[in-house]
Amino acid sequence: MLTSILLAISITLMYSAPLIFAGLGGVISENAGVVNIGIEGMMTIGAFAGAAVGYFTANPWLGFLAGGLAGGMLALIHAVACISFRADQTISGVAINFLGPGLALFLSRKLFQGGTTTKPVPNQLPSFHGNYVTIPIVLLFVLIMWFVLYKTSVGLRIRAVGENPAAADTLGINVYKVKYLSVFTSGVLSGFGGAAMTLAVVSNFTPSTISGQGFIALAAVIFGKWKPHGTMCACLLFGFAQALVVILGGSNSIIQIPSSILSMLPYVLTLIILVAFVGKSTAPKADGIPYVKGQ
Amino acid sequence: MRYKIAELLNKSVIKIVLAIVLGFLVGAIALILAGYDPIASYSMMITSIFSSPQNMVQVLILTMPNILTGLSVAFAFKTGLFNIGGEGQYLVGCMAAVIVGGELKMPPVINIIVIMLVAILAGGLYGALAGLLKAKFGIHEVITTIMLNWIALYFNNYLISVPGIGVKNTQYSIAIKQNAWTNILSNWKTSSSGKAYLASHHTLATILLGTDINYGLIIAIAAAIFIWFLLYKTTFGYQVRAVGLNKEAAEFAGIGVNKNIIMTMFVAGGLAGLAGALQMAGSAPHALSTLATEPGYGFNGITVALMANSAPIGCIFTAFLLSGLQFGGSTMQMNLGTPSEVVNIMIGVIVFFVAVASMFTMLSEKIKKRRVKNAD
Repeated sequence: MLTSILLAISITLMYSAPLIFAGLGGVISENAGVVNIGIEGMMTIGAFAGAAVGYFTANPWLGFLAGGLAGGMLALIHAVACISFRADQTISGVAINFLGPGLALFLSRKLFQGGTTTKPVPNQLPSFHGNYVTIPIVLLFVLIMWFVLYKTSVGLRIRAVGENPAAADTLGINVYKVKYLSVFTSGVLSGFGGAAMTLAVVSNFTPSTISGQGFIALAAVIFGKWKPHGTMCACLLFGFAQALVVILGGSNSIIQIPSSILSMLPYVLTLIILVAFVGKSTAPKADGIPYVKGQ
Repeated sequence: MRYKIAELLNKSVIKIVLAIVLGFLVGAIALILAGYDPIASYSMMITSIFSSPQNMVQVLILTMPNILTGLSVAFAFKTGLFNIGGEGQYLVGCMAAVIVGGELKMPPVINIIVIMLVAILAGGLYGALAGLLKAKFGIHEVITTIMLNWIALYFNNYLISVPGIGVKNTQYSIAIKQNAWTNILSNWKTSSSGKAYLASHHTLATILLGTDINYGLIIAIAAAIFIWFLLYKTTFGYQVRAVGLNKEAAEFAGIGVNKNIIMTMFVAGGLAGLAGALQMAGSAPHALSTLATEPGYGFNGITVALMANSAPIGCIFTAFLLSGLQFGGSTMQMNLGTPSEVVNIMIGVIVFFVAVASMFTMLSEKIKKRRVKNAD
């Protein structure tokens, strides 16, 4: 019994880590007032870059960093559209979700002899009894994000830009710079989330490695009231749902449920939680509205 | 002259054409960077479509679901909703069509009508669910529809394991009964007289026997005309557009915004569901199959609608363009080894530049300002 509880916790944490990374990405972007529907695409490119660099260098840490960087680069495209060109943030995010997987599979075919899956990495990120190092790292990130957002002047600026950019501007805050940095950071974190999938949960990239995690992370941001710690708790819940899929799907589990029904669980849970909680949480006031200086 | 350029940049058709050109341009850059020949790849992509009647028919077959999912996204756009749920609504339509068309014995003509209506209803209700969640609980439709897409996908896989619907030890469900298929001359082409005739008419034989040529496209085009009529010639369409333009003003004018959101999503879902029914009735194996990833028609619809600027009739042409690109992309990969995913990159770039269409407006304003300065 104890071992199965420990196993459940371990699997929950393993699946939560990528979600929390991506969720933090959503938190920082939306706190600065930019809706980031493109997290899914940024995770996908991060997952691919992590797996590819991890394979060629045999160094999972380099892979992890490459994943973050790849996510960040894709986020810059989103930033240019949303911040400089006042684009529709949802449509731009959808474009990112086409570009991310498109680029990932295109590069995969180029680098892996025409295949859409990468070869398994020789070394995964280090783990201790099946608990990967991504878990303490992401928990540290939650702490840092919470500290930066609520205890430093930088965080105050980010939140000011998301709540009332015009007022922030009159106080001498460079609104565009803050937004750009936040969206870039959002992409880096989402990329880390993708790489945490391909370098810890599994060991290679396939076209279905990232299948909705980015959107689940977005739902977690809403459920977590746009706060880092709240988002973390929401991600843990979704991670638990995914762990249940694994545990109950095992051949020696107590109840036999068809695997395809079990696989719906995280998505159904997301909907139920949104219905139960969404009305009670409010987004940053200027979230999703492009800022035009002097208007 | 300069003023003319500025005016042109502000036209929505020009903006979309520019977005498509930029899509091809960025795709070419990606190809060059990856060491492929962009000119050879693009010319293969385009010529392969027109290289044989069979290929042209294949593109038309692909166009059918893309028109309908494009209409689905475009219709929802008109009321300010972003329907990313086309995938799920399409799948629900497929499931409804296969269950009704595979289980029930019905006379011809009536059967396909019943199948289409049931699929429209099923897809519509699935879409309306997202509308309800938006109207009642204020949950963003982008998140709900994505979740509903995955739920539909796994439900599809579950159905295949259900006895009576799935065929044992295969990846497929039971098929729609043959008398409901929408394939052109489906009975005649396999009859002895048909076989004898086709043996001496090679081109016709490659089209009729080598492809799943079907009536679906005609129904899809009719649907586009119907949606145009619904949007611009009826009170309901007027209300849909009013809510899209200004929610508060529409509410003030006595239009029930929430009811409108749900109704719009019902129509949007119904269109995607119809795509599912026509796909099942028109293309082999006329059955559901186990899916690992989303079939992609719902996402295609987003591109189709954005390129068409949400104009229903425009969707017919942009769906054809997109289907051509995708078909050409796969033959390009087969013949030259160029990754077909370059098409996805191009689509991403096109959607991106449609999103930043304001860039062209800003450019146009700048050019105009400079003109004023020069005049001074």
